[in-house]
Amino acid sequence: MTKEIRRILESVPDPEIPAVSVVDLGIVREVSADRVVITPTYTGCPATHTIEQSIRAALDAHGFADVAIETALAPPWSTDWISDAGREKLRAYGIAPPPKGAGASALKNAQAAECPRCGSMHTEEVSRFGSTPCKALWRCKACAEPFDRFKCH
Amino acid sequence: MVSALPPLADYAARLGDDSLVLGQRLGEWCGHAPAIEVDLSLSNVALDLIGQATHFLGLAGAIEGAGRDADKLAFHRDVMDFSNCLLVEQPNGDFAQTIARQFLFSHYQALLFEQMAQVKDERFAAIAAKALKEVNYHATLASDWVVRLGDGTDESKARMIAGLDWMWRFTDELFAMDDVDAAAIAAGAGVDKAALRADWDARVDAVLAEATLARPAARRAIVGGRVGRHSEHLGHLLSEMQFLQRAYPGASW
Repeated sequence: MTKEIRRILESVPDPEIPAVSVVDLGIVREVSADRVVITPTYTGCPATHTIEQSIRAALDAHGFADVAIETALAPPWSTDWISDAGREKLRAYGIAPPPKGAGASALKNAQAAECPRCGSMHTEEVSRFGSTPCKALWRCKACAEPFDRFKCH
Repeated sequence: MVSALPPLADYAARLGDDSLVLGQRLGEWCGHAPAIEVDLSLSNVALDLIGQATHFLGLAGAIEGAGRDADKLAFHRDVMDFSNCLLVEQPNGDFAQTIARQFLFSHYQALLFEQMAQVKDERFAAIAAKALKEVNYHATLASDWVVRLGDGTDESKARMIAGLDWMWRFTDELFAMDDVDAAAIAAGAGVDKAALRADWDARVDAVLAEATLARPAARRAIVGGRVGRHSEHLGHLLSEMQFLQRAYPGASW
């Protein structure tokens, strides 16, 4: 049953980046027969409520109306929780995935990002804040295209 | 009137009010910032702060136990029941004044949350640990701009100096301690803010040095926000922020 619930959750897309699921992003922290524990990515992420509603709707549609959804803040979400499959989906979607194990230490010396379009490492940060809380604006100096980068967090 | 919340709820409300009022202030920049990247940055910081406020005010309401949630506390209290520090309610002024306020506040908040993430009360510790990662971004953003404006043109430098000058009077209040702080510390939730001062001075001074700016001269501190004595600016901010819920109580999406 837990396996079945997890499979359903894997089909629930993130509302801001529909290419990845809530499981890929590491938002789902715990799955048991009677509850699903989720955690917000950013405290102010406007998608938090939508995510909970989407998960509720998916569970209800598959006959798991009795499974509760709980939110936990601790331990705080980290981009290290994004799965390898999730990272590949982000790249394919045009968003440079965050390097693993970067955490907060990457703040001051942002490591070079690989351009998700042409693969060049010849890139630069334009703005540390982007179109959603989880992304920064970057630009590729090789192919001249701008791109989003998932912020290390 | 001073907030009638019990001490620990008051402590949570102070944290929430700081974030809420500053978040609302930054929201005023949306669509007006000097460049699109700056617009995005300030809006993102505002969102983070409003997220913090939702958690802290929700916690304040839960501790109070009278059925008030975060929205009720945000939209249905009057100006004298707000307990935010005076720094966060100061007007945006020009971009440099906004950056000065963010710079001084974010470094304080980062130090505060570093300590609060370690407190015994898991509710406070969890919010602080979560928010800390975001606040570090805010502090970095503001520091970068202080350096860029301070070590920029004559015009940008003059504006940065004027912005810091405006905000400096309200920094002592950040580290002031009273009975509510003592009660929160006794309950395993509070932080000794006075003890953060030396680290804050060091962080602020390091950035000011890089920005080729002198530290503003010490002057008489203006305090009172924690007990509901606010500047005239907060009432105007609340009248805009609270209008919809006051006119249509309980309205939702």
